[in-house]
Amino acid sequence: MNIMVNGNPQDFKGTPTLGQLLKELDIVPERVAVMVNDRIIPKAGRSEFGLNEGDRIEVLTFIGGG
Amino acid sequence: MKKFILGGKEFESRLIMGTGKFSSVEVMLEAIKASGAELVTVALRRFNRERPSDDLLGPLARLGITLVPNTSGARNAAEAVRAAQLGRELSGSPFVKVEIHPNPHHLMPDPIETYEACRELAKDGFIVLPYMPADPVLAKRLEDVGCAAVMPLGSAIGTGHGLSTAEMVKLIIADSGIPVIVDAGLRAPSEAAAAMEMGCSAVLVNSAIAAAGNPSAMAAAFAAAVKAGYAAREAGLMSRCDHAVATSPLTSFLTGA
Repeated sequence: MNIMVNGNPQDFKGTPTLGQLLKELDIVPERVAVMVNDRIIPKAGRSEFGLNEGDRIEVLTFIGGG
Repeated sequence: MKKFILGGKEFESRLIMGTGKFSSVEVMLEAIKASGAELVTVALRRFNRERPSDDLLGPLARLGITLVPNTSGARNAAEAVRAAQLGRELSGSPFVKVEIHPNPHHLMPDPIETYEACRELAKDGFIVLPYMPADPVLAKRLEDVGCAAVMPLGSAIGTGHGLSTAEMVKLIIADSGIPVIVDAGLRAPSEAAAAMEMGCSAVLVNSAIAAAGNPSAMAAAFAAAVKAGYAAREAGLMSRCDHAVATSPLTSFLTGA
């Protein structure tokens, strides 16, 4: 299944949930904010959140800023 | 020092720190500790697997400070609202620093988009801190839509030109029913002290600390200056006089008159 992650197309086996996809990408779920197709998915709802072909995922983190 | 109340929450420190431009996370953490800051701004960016050390959430959480996610990168109100929601989701903090500056040359805040974003975010329960031009009319409008403070710029971000907007900031303070926080442009602790003497409730400093020769030492210097400036304001500055007023008695015994 093809999914856009932070603007890059990536291929994943089967139909992963958002939680599985983050795990596959070695991302600590508590350390990121996630949007799927411009919708914010809260931490609690990610493990069951089903993904579809062509979904656009944004994974965001805090960096230094003024 | 009286407690600093912002958005109904109490703080000891009146120095808010930004976390950009530091040479390393360690240097940044030491500077935050030295500053005594309890409110610290952060920015949101795409997760970068190649640079996991960029992620500040873990290291900052251990300091026990309150995060103030900013909306940098947003070019309009809709993007700022989205960034604020993402920042709240990630930080769990109700604070947001709204910054919308579409022109990278001067980074001046867009007053119209800033106003729209603040109105929406205040309605949504955020503690809204807008980075804004030093405009007394806009400051009142932002207060009216429910901002917790206004943050007029001292001078353009990162320039170190100090309090070039001093006269406008004074007008904002004179009219404001909410805290006024000078944000951006400060270079020297004396400028932070001047802002506090003027009646600012706090100052926000980033570049002046991050780009200092010794960031921790500069953070401590800013902390001391903010305290001194606030204490001076509380003590009540003497009024100015256009002619000299002698401090020693002008006796006539030397002239023998």
